[in-house]
Amino acid sequence: MSSIIPATSLTAQTIAEKVQSGEWTALETLENYLTQIAKSDAEIHAFNTVLEDEARAAARAIDERVALGEDVGPLAGVPVAVKDNLCTKGMRTTASSKILENWKPPYDATVVKRLADAGATLIGKTNMDEFAMGSSTENSAFGPTRNPHDLTCVPGGSSGGSAAAVAAGFSPVAIGSDTGGSIRQPASLCGVVGVKPTYGGVSRYGLLAFASSLDQVGPFANTVRDAAIVHEVIGGYDPKDSTSISEPFPSFLDAIEDGVEGLKIGIISELMGDIDGISSEVIQKTREAATLLSKNGALVEEVSIPASLYCLSAYYLIAPAEASSNLSRYDGVRYGLRVDGETLAEMNINTRTAGFGDEVKRRIMLGTYALSAGYFDAYYGKALKVRRLLAQNFDEVYSKYDALLSPTSPCTAFKLGEKTSDPMTMYVNDVCTIPSNLVGHPAISVPFGSGSDGMPIGVQILAPPMQEALMYRVASTLESAEK
Amino acid sequence: MTEPISEKEVAHVAYLARLRLSDEELQLFTKQLGAVLEHAKDVEALQLDGVEPMSHPLPLENVTREDEVDEMLDREEVLNQAPAVEDGRFQVPQILGEQP
Repeated sequence: MSSIIPATSLTAQTIAEKVQSGEWTALETLENYLTQIAKSDAEIHAFNTVLEDEARAAARAIDERVALGEDVGPLAGVPVAVKDNLCTKGMRTTASSKILENWKPPYDATVVKRLADAGATLIGKTNMDEFAMGSSTENSAFGPTRNPHDLTCVPGGSSGGSAAAVAAGFSPVAIGSDTGGSIRQPASLCGVVGVKPTYGGVSRYGLLAFASSLDQVGPFANTVRDAAIVHEVIGGYDPKDSTSISEPFPSFLDAIEDGVEGLKIGIISELMGDIDGISSEVIQKTREAATLLSKNGALVEEVSIPASLYCLSAYYLIAPAEASSNLSRYDGVRYGLRVDGETLAEMNINTRTAGFGDEVKRRIMLGTYALSAGYFDAYYGKALKVRRLLAQNFDEVYSKYDALLSPTSPCTAFKLGEKTSDPMTMYVNDVCTIPSNLVGHPAISVPFGSGSDGMPIGVQILAPPMQEALMYRVASTLESAEK
Repeated sequence: MTEPISEKEVAHVAYLARLRLSDEELQLFTKQLGAVLEHAKDVEALQLDGVEPMSHPLPLENVTREDEVDEMLDREEVLNQAPAVEDGRFQVPQILGEQP
C-alpha cells in the first residue's frame, strides 16, 4: 500500500522554542514544509490553496521581530494549515463549494487572527466536505483528499484536508471544525490528535456556519501537548461571537502531566457493542486503552448513556434543520456565485442549483422538511427533546465520573467510493462523536495503535463542559502509555 | 407500508429551498431522504411528553453590548465580492412586475 508518512515529525512546541531562541528561522522552517507540500500534495490533495507568498512574508516578519529581541508568541514560526471554511481576509475561502469558489472574505476569523498574533504562519487552506457536510472529504467540489497512510483510502471528514496535512508532514498543526465529529473522526482515521472544544470555548466568528448550535473550531496535532498549546491560543472569550463563554478556562497545560491516579473514568457501554456497525477491532482497542488507564491508577468502569442510542437520528434532524436556515444566505446577491435569471426567485434557484453539491442539497431539503408545518413536532421537536435527555444522562454520569472513554470512529479508514452511494451508511461514521456536539461538551481523539489493515485507530476521551484540562491530562497519559 | 416522503413532497421542499431537481434527482433524493426519515422513526416513536426541548447547549440569555461605533468592514471591499453592484448597492433582477 502506497503511503506518504514522514519518518519523524517536529512538534509545534519545538519549532516555537527554536525560532524564538533564534536557533532556527521561521522562513527556513516554513520552506521545509512547503517542500513537502510541493513534493506530495498533488497525490494527497490536502490543500485547496497553498499560501506560499503570504506565508513567506509572515515568516520573514517573525524573523525580523525575533532579531529585534521581541517575544513573538507561543506559536513563533509554526506553520498552521486552516480549514477552508474559516475566513482569511483577501484570501480565497471556499468551504470546498462551487458557490464560493472565488470568494475572498473582507475579514479574518477570530481564530485566524489569534493564530497570527501568536506568531504562527498560515501555510494554506485545507480541503473539506462541502460546507463541512460529510465524513470522508469526498463531498468536496474540488475533488477528494486521500489518506496519507494509504492513498486508496479516505482521510475521514469533514476536516479531512487538515487531518491529512498533519499526518503527511505538510504542517505541524492544523485547524478544523467539528459539528458531529468532523475533527475527531478524520484525526482517528489519519492517526493524529484532534480536539472538539467545549461549545463556546473557541470563537465561531468568521467560521462559515453549518449548524450553529453544534459547530466548534478546534486543533489537529501530532501530540496531545501541541493540541493543547494551539487550543489555548485560539480559545477564550470573543465579544464578536454571542455564544462565546466569558468565564476563563483553567490552563490546559499546567496539569497535563499529572496522570490519572485516582480519577474515575467511565466507558460508554452503548458505544462498545450495543449500537450496530462499530467494529470489534475498534472496541478491542478501546478496551486496551481502558486497561492502560487503570494500570496508571484510574478507576475504569462501564457506564450507560441510554440516549446515545438515539443521537444519530436526532443529529440528522437538528443539523440539517439549522443548515437549511444558515445556507439560505447563499442566494447570489451579496457574495459568491450568481447564475442569472429573469426574476429574483429564478436567479436564486439557478444559483443554488448550480452552486451546491448533492449532499448539501440533501441536507437543505431534509432540514426544510423537518422544520415544515405538520412535521415540526414529530421530527425537529422530538430531536430537541432527545438532546435534553442526553444532557441529563451525561449530568448523571458526570456526578460520579471525571471523564468518559469510547471509540472515536466505528471503523478504520475506508476506501474511496466505498460509502458514497447510500447517505445513511456514511452518516453512521459519526455515531460515537455526535453525542459531544449535541450537549456541547469537549472531546479528544488520541491515536491508539492500528487495525489488522494497518490503518490507524483512535480512542475518544470525553469530559464535562470547560473541563478540557482534565481531558488533556487523560489523553496525555494514554499517549505516553501507548508509546 | 407508506413511503416516509413522497416525490411530490420532495419537489415542494426543493422549491421552498430554492433548488431545482431533474426527474432523476427527484427519484434519487426521494429514496435517500426516505431512508434517513425511516432511520429517524426511532426518535419519532419515543414517548417524550414533559421533556423540555433543548435547542442549544448553553443556557444563553440575550447578549447585549453598548451601542458604540466599532471597526467596520470597508464598503468597497464588501461590494467588490458581490456578483452585481450598482450605485454602491447590491443589484438584483427586477422584483416588481413593471418594466423599468
